[in-house]
Order: sequence, then structure tokens, then C-alpha cells
Amino acid sequence: MPIAEELAKKQRQISIAEFFERNKQILGFDSLTRALITCVKEAVDNSLDACEEAGILPDIIVEIKQTDGDEYKISVEDNGPGIVKSQIPHVFGRLLYGSRFHSLKQSRGQQGIGISAAVLYSQLTTGKPAVITSKIGEGFPAHKIELIIDTKKNLPRIIKEEMVHWKKKSGTRIELFIKGKYVKNRKQSVYEYLRSTAIVNPHARITFIEPDGNEIVFERAVDKLPEQPKEIKPHPYGIELGTLLKMLKETKAKKISTFLANEFSSVSLQKARQVVAKAGIDENKEPSKITLDEAKKILETFKKIKLMAPPTDCLSPIGESLIKRGLRKETMQLSPEFISTDTRQPSVFSGTPFMVETGIVYGGSLPRDERVEILRFANRVPLLYQEGACVITEAIKNIDWRRYGLEQKGGKGIPYGPAIILVHVASVNIPFTSESKEAIAHVEEIEKEIRLSLQQCARRMKTHLSKKAKKEKAKSKFLLISKILPELARKTAEMLNKPTPPIDDVISQIMNIIWIDDEIVSKDGIAESKIRIINYKRKPQKFILYAEIPDKEKIVEVKPKPMEIRSKVIKWSVNLKPSEKAEYSFKLKLDGEDFDENGLYVLGIDPVNIVGAEKWEGEE
Amino acid sequence: MSTVKELKKVAEKIYNDLVNGRIPSLELPARTKSNIVFDERYRVWKYGKQNITRSAVSLSGAYMLLRTIYVIDFIKEMIENNKSSTLRELYYISEGWGEAKFNSQDESDKLAEDLEIITKKLREDFKLRPEEDGARVIGDIVIEEVTRKGEKRRIHCQDDVGDAGYSIPYNVEKEKLRFVKVNADKVIAVETGGMFDRLVENRFDEKSNAILVHLKGQPARSTRRFIKRLNEELNLPVIVFTDGDPWSYRIYASVAYGAIKTAHISEYLATPSAQFLGVTPSDILNYELPSDDLSKEDIAALQSELSDPRFQDDFWINEIKLQLEIKKKAEQQALAKYGLDYVTDVYLPEKLAEMGYEV
Repeated sequence: MPIAEELAKKQRQISIAEFFERNKQILGFDSLTRALITCVKEAVDNSLDACEEAGILPDIIVEIKQTDGDEYKISVEDNGPGIVKSQIPHVFGRLLYGSRFHSLKQSRGQQGIGISAAVLYSQLTTGKPAVITSKIGEGFPAHKIELIIDTKKNLPRIIKEEMVHWKKKSGTRIELFIKGKYVKNRKQSVYEYLRSTAIVNPHARITFIEPDGNEIVFERAVDKLPEQPKEIKPHPYGIELGTLLKMLKETKAKKISTFLANEFSSVSLQKARQVVAKAGIDENKEPSKITLDEAKKILETFKKIKLMAPPTDCLSPIGESLIKRGLRKETMQLSPEFISTDTRQPSVFSGTPFMVETGIVYGGSLPRDERVEILRFANRVPLLYQEGACVITEAIKNIDWRRYGLEQKGGKGIPYGPAIILVHVASVNIPFTSESKEAIAHVEEIEKEIRLSLQQCARRMKTHLSKKAKKEKAKSKFLLISKILPELARKTAEMLNKPTPPIDDVISQIMNIIWIDDEIVSKDGIAESKIRIINYKRKPQKFILYAEIPDKEKIVEVKPKPMEIRSKVIKWSVNLKPSEKAEYSFKLKLDGEDFDENGLYVLGIDPVNIVGAEKWEGEE
Repeated sequence: MSTVKELKKVAEKIYNDLVNGRIPSLELPARTKSNIVFDERYRVWKYGKQNITRSAVSLSGAYMLLRTIYVIDFIKEMIENNKSSTLRELYYISEGWGEAKFNSQDESDKLAEDLEIITKKLREDFKLRPEEDGARVIGDIVIEEVTRKGEKRRIHCQDDVGDAGYSIPYNVEKEKLRFVKVNADKVIAVETGGMFDRLVENRFDEKSNAILVHLKGQPARSTRRFIKRLNEELNLPVIVFTDGDPWSYRIYASVAYGAIKTAHISEYLATPSAQFLGVTPSDILNYELPSDDLSKEDIAALQSELSDPRFQDDFWINEIKLQLEIKKKAEQQALAKYGLDYVTDVYLPEKLAEMGYEV
């Protein structure tokens, strides 16, 4: 073997440990605190992916114990399908093992360098092996394997293996001994990472046992697994030269034209022929014989040709209703007054499908004079670091939040107010700013989608706030007529030694509206909505009241008898004499859905005369 | 008409509104800078014709009306039982008024003023006393005061008082206080206690034959009324000596022209002939006084004074514009730069001479 090759081999051999040491920061191990979070994150991401792929509702137990000074034992256990014994060393003991190049899929695995980096970190800091226990099903034994990574060969080395009894039906547990630091009560902590994970993975139950023995359960909010994202082939618009060269080398296709048609999405054979012809390449040329220059030409030609956008059904959103539930569950102790969520249609940047989902939580005991809390997610994984460099933060800063009821100096920057803003970007290929994968790069299309989605949530927040303000105003009128005015009449009469005058006339002049008040009480899977109406006008009033419902099928009871029930709305005829009160109500089966805000509308009366309902704009 | 009758008229207006199905309301002049006009007869600034309506159509208006009735009832009781109370006591008594309770003393003080305006009576008629203790007076004048024992006591405001001087009582009307004999030929009203004490220590009251009155910042009603009586009954010219900043000019304006807050009784409190001595912005330059930079609030106050009708004469416009230009302000006591006696030996004699007084 020539000396140069020998040297090259050696260089490669020392490179893994050294590479790790040099790149601690981009790998997420640059501080003791962050290293601990990263290890937990890699293990939990793996567990969630494994459970979902196997169609199992994830039940994950994370335990952190302080073993000695700054040494911690992390153990993450799941109820996934388990890993066959022979594969365990490869999954946990080889850096970059199994990373996909040619097919794209929305997966958590895109983030971070993988669980093997955590294994490597643990052996570099404490010298202790990783302990993996896995069982693949009822009737199978559990295997417990202790392994380290041979940093010279980038290969796993098994230290010890045994068969053990494990009660679990199936699952995997990894135990790592690392140098780290456990922190609480700040955004960059294991607790916050798990809480955020629970919000965007409402189908998972995560149990967390802190070093002091405190146990926290992030309970699942839904018993349905998200749809599995589909793999897609890369789109020519988003492909890089290096990837193209690799694909050319590894393909089984015999001709360049069939290669392009088979390995890319949105490229027909006809288009492929057109491209190679334009690039001046023989369509029958073997892909492996394509030169660097030719490959470059192919990419350039693709840019000049109009192609269909890639398919977008490969993405699996969390969905408005599930994000809402996740947010509600994890902010329960803050009792927020309003939550709104939005899921955009899929979109495309440089041939890469992506989609954006957002949510806003407002009010309750959230601090009023602090910056809003931002929760960033990429493919259901929380992003805890580099907030300032992320397109999500950028998009939030560029919205004028003052229009939606939050404070913001000069209409730019992170807004202030009692709110949490959540943004989830899902894509087959998230464009991170760097290998640390903590911030999404500034891609115009992504920023635009984030902005549009947040504006949608913000508009609803604004509507809610205006409604609230209107109600408050009406409430103060209520206090005026029910307390202050009678007291004024009584005291004035008393002072003048005269009889107390009647005040009904004055009251109807002051109010001069129809007052609509509503409340929803949910109990035992039934939501009961009560609507009270009082006529404070001086004349009898007649109009139609519309109450929105999610679905006609869910109605259990309606009182009094309505004019009509349509699929999405109940219609009553209201007829009230001056000072007369009336109550309307309906009950709905919830079936796991939410019903927390009434949509009330009126027709046949000027809406300025009404407090508590809007003008009906739909079909009469 | 008696005070009780005037007050009852207010309650009757509200009662009649209710009986006739009208939303109860009261009208009173807007108490703002834009609603003061010069009264040619008295040569003071008074409220103009802009009215505001307190109406029960809004919750805050209804609260005000309810409180008004409670305060009227309270005053009526005091008059009938021959009692009096301080404005602070009025505020605390409202604690027991349920919904009519005041949220701050500022609210109750203002309501008392509102009632003065509506009934054309004075706070004193309502048996309401201010908290403010009287300002101090030193000078060659003999005052006769009726003490709380009902005795008449004569006080010479140089010989019968200590260095702190004679204290002005809250009631300075004729039934309480009379001027018996005066040898002084002018009144110098001084803003700060420090400068007042300096003039006293330097015996400037004797040297310049002046009655020195300590204004104590924005002067109390009794102080202003006291000065006005000195001016009106004894024909003594009044000279005002303050710091050189926009807030001090307002002190002068309230002595000379009436305060915006009490414009309903300006003819009773203001001394239109009062003259401003200094410290003027020109003094800051001419005497090279140590000075501070104007704050944002100072500049805003000066600009507001440029549009204040009380300051619309050449002297004030020029001085205010000068101050905005140099962006400096100075305290009275900055004159100590040239020694403790400079103010009485040089500055005041020069300024008084400029104004045409013999010193």
C-alpha cells in the first residue's frame, strides 16, 4: 500500500474522536448543561420515531440521577418495537450510521447528529460504556449490551452482553453516564425540552424523574398516532452538486435519462431527455461516467426548465386541534384565557416541501410586561438554542404586533405581553443554519408562511380581545344600572326627604341595547352552552339568533325549540318586551373535541343595538 | 343664598332629572388651560364658557354624581352641627360611603373645588380646611388675629416672632385677621425656604423695608389671599422672587393671575399687579449663574407656557424663548456663588432698582 494511502487511513482513524472534540459546539455538547439536554434529546427523539414507525403510542420514561459530582446517569426507556440484537451495536455505536441521502422524509432524525454522538460523549467524559437493553416482543428475551465506540475504526465494541428478564412487552432502554449539569427553571433545561416536546407530541406520554426524585408526568392528550410521513425522492430544484454526484455513483440505472426520471420527483422521462439534450449529454450515457462538468450542466439546465412542484402529501402536520390541545394541557396551570392555532397548506422552497403551523396562547397568569415566550419546533423537535439566528424569530420580529393587541416598540422586534407564540416548521429537509441544527435558516418562503400563519392566529386573538373589551364596557354599564344609579336615587331622595324616584326609564336610556351573555360548561364529555338575553331597549325587540355548532350530529338537546337546526348552526326566533329576559341553551357531545367559545350572530336587527353577538353574514 | 340652600339645589337638580326620566347630569366649566379667559374688570384669569357635563350615562360620571350627593350631605351635616373637617378627613370619611367612596384624596379635593364652582361658595363655607400649614411672614407689620379662645391678639411680625416668622392661618378673612399698622412699603414673596431664611438672616426685611412672605413652592390659598389683602388694603406692591425654571414661573402666575385649578376664585386670590423679579433666564446670563440643563419635562413645560394665555406678554415670551435657547435653569440659591451676602447686597438691590424701587 502506498504511504499516502496509509496516512490517509490513519487520518481517518484518528478523526472521529478528534472531530468530535473540535466540533463539540455544533454537535450540541459545548457546555455541561447543554450536553445533558442533548443526550436526553437524542434518546427521546429516537424513541418517539421508533414508536411511531411501529404504530405504538409512545410511553417514554426519562430518568436523571446524579451519581457523583458532575457525573449523571441518564436513562431513557420506551415501549417501542425494540431492536434486534445484531442491530443494537450499529444503531448506538457508529457515528452517522444509516443516514439517508437519496430519499427525503420528514423525520426527527434530521436533527442532531444522532444517539451515537451521545454514546461517544459519555465515554469521552466518564469512560463508561453505554448500556442498552432491548426486547422485541412477547416471548423473546431481552438483551442487555454494554458497548463503547472504537474511535479509531468508528465501529462499536461490545464490552459485555447478557440476556435478562424484562417484564415489558417490548421496548428499548439506554443508560448513559456523562459529565453534565442539571438546571431547572430556565428555557434551556431538560424540563422545558420535555414540556415543549409534549406540546407538539400530544400522542406521547412522557414521565420524567428528576435527580431529586421528583416525578413529572406529561400525560398524553390524544390516543391517536400522527400519520406517518411519506418518503419522497428529491426534487431537482433543491439538489446540491455533491448529492447529485453521489447519486450518480450509486444508482442502478443504466442510462442518465432513466436515472433522472427514476431518482427524482416531478421529472418525467420526456423531461429527463429534454434536460440532457439541452445540457449536451448523450441520453444513453452511463450515470457513473458523467463528469463533474456534465453534472454541473445538468443542474444548470434544470434551473431553466419548468418543473412541477414536488408532491407535498409527504408531510405530516400536527394539526390545529392537536396543537391546541397540547398547548392547553401544558399551560393549564397558567389558565390562559385564549388559545388559537393554525396549520398552513404545504408549500415549497427550492424544490423542498415544507409546512408551517403556529399557535398563540394569551392571558391568564402569563407575565404582562415581559417579552412573549417563543416556542420553536422543527419536525416536532423543540429548538432551544440560537433563538436570535432563527427565521422563526425573524418572522415574529417583522410582524407589527401592536395591531393585534400586544406591545411592541416601534412595531418591530419581539413583542411584549402575556403570550406564548408557538411555531412548528415541518419539512423533508429543514434548512438549518448550521450542523448544530438549533436555528432554521432565513428562507423567504418559510418566513412568509410563518408570517401568514401567525397573522391568522393573531387576528383571532385580536377579535377575542375586542370582544372582551366590549364585554368589559358592557359590564361596567351593568354595574352602573344595577348598583350606582339605584344608590344615587336612594341617597338623593333621602337627603331631600322625598320618596325614592323610579329609575327604569333612565336605565333603558342609559343601556339602550340588547344584552347577550353566554357561558359554556363542559362536564362528562358534554358541553352545555347557555345564552342569556335581556332587552334594555324601550321597545319590544324581534330578531333571529344564530349559534354556531361544530356538527349537527353532536347535538344532545336544544332549549327552547329552535326555528331550525342546520348542520353547523342553530337558529332561534327571539321576541322580547322591554326589560324582558330569556335564556337559550344547547348541549353537545364532545367526542374528544373542544367546544370552548360560542359563535353568536343576529339577523333582523341593527347590530349596534346588540352587545355580545355579531351580525349574521351567512345564508338566512 | 345660604350655603345649605345652594348645595340642596344641586341635589334637587339630580332628583328632578330622575323623576322626569332624564339621565342625571351636572354642568361645570372645563378646568383646562384652554378655558381660561382674562377678566377685564378684575384683571385676573377666570374660567371661560367651555362646559363639561358629568352625566350618569357613563360609569365614571355616575360615580361622580353619587359622590357629589354624599359630599353635599356631609357638608350639610357639618354646617348644621357647627363642625368642620380637613380635606383629608373628608377623604377618610368617604371610606364608609360604600360605592361612593373616593379612590384618592385628589378626587375628593377636586370634588370640593367643583362644588365651589357650582354653588359659587368657598371651601371655607363648606367647613373644609386644607391640610397645608401656613406660610411664614417677617416684616414691619402688626397683625391682629382672633385666637381659638376667641381673644384678639396683636402680633408685630418682627418683634413678636422668632426667626421662623409669623405663620399664616388657613382662614385669613377679616373676621379672623386684621392689619393694624404697617411701616413696610413692599411685599417680597420668596419661593424657597432656603432663600427666605437667607433674607431673614441678612435682615433684608429691615434693610429694604419689605414684608417677606415665604411661598413654600406653589402657594396655598391662604397665602395668596393674604398677599392679595396686603396689596389691596394696604396698597403695598408685591414682588415675586423664585427659581429660574418653568415651574417657578407658574408659581408667579398663580400669585399674579390665578391658578388654572382655582380660576373660579381668581378675583379673590390673585394679585394682578404682582411683579416678577427673578431669577429670569436673562439673569442666568447676566449674573453668570451656576445652572443645570433643562430636562425634557422642563422643555415641555416651557413650550406649554408659550401657549398659556397668562404668559402672553413681551416680557414672558422673550424670557421663555431665551431659556429654550440656552437650555439652562438656575435656582435662587445659585446666587451664593458670589458669597452669602451677594443676594442682599448686590442682586436684589440691583433688580429692585431696575424695577423702580428705592433701596
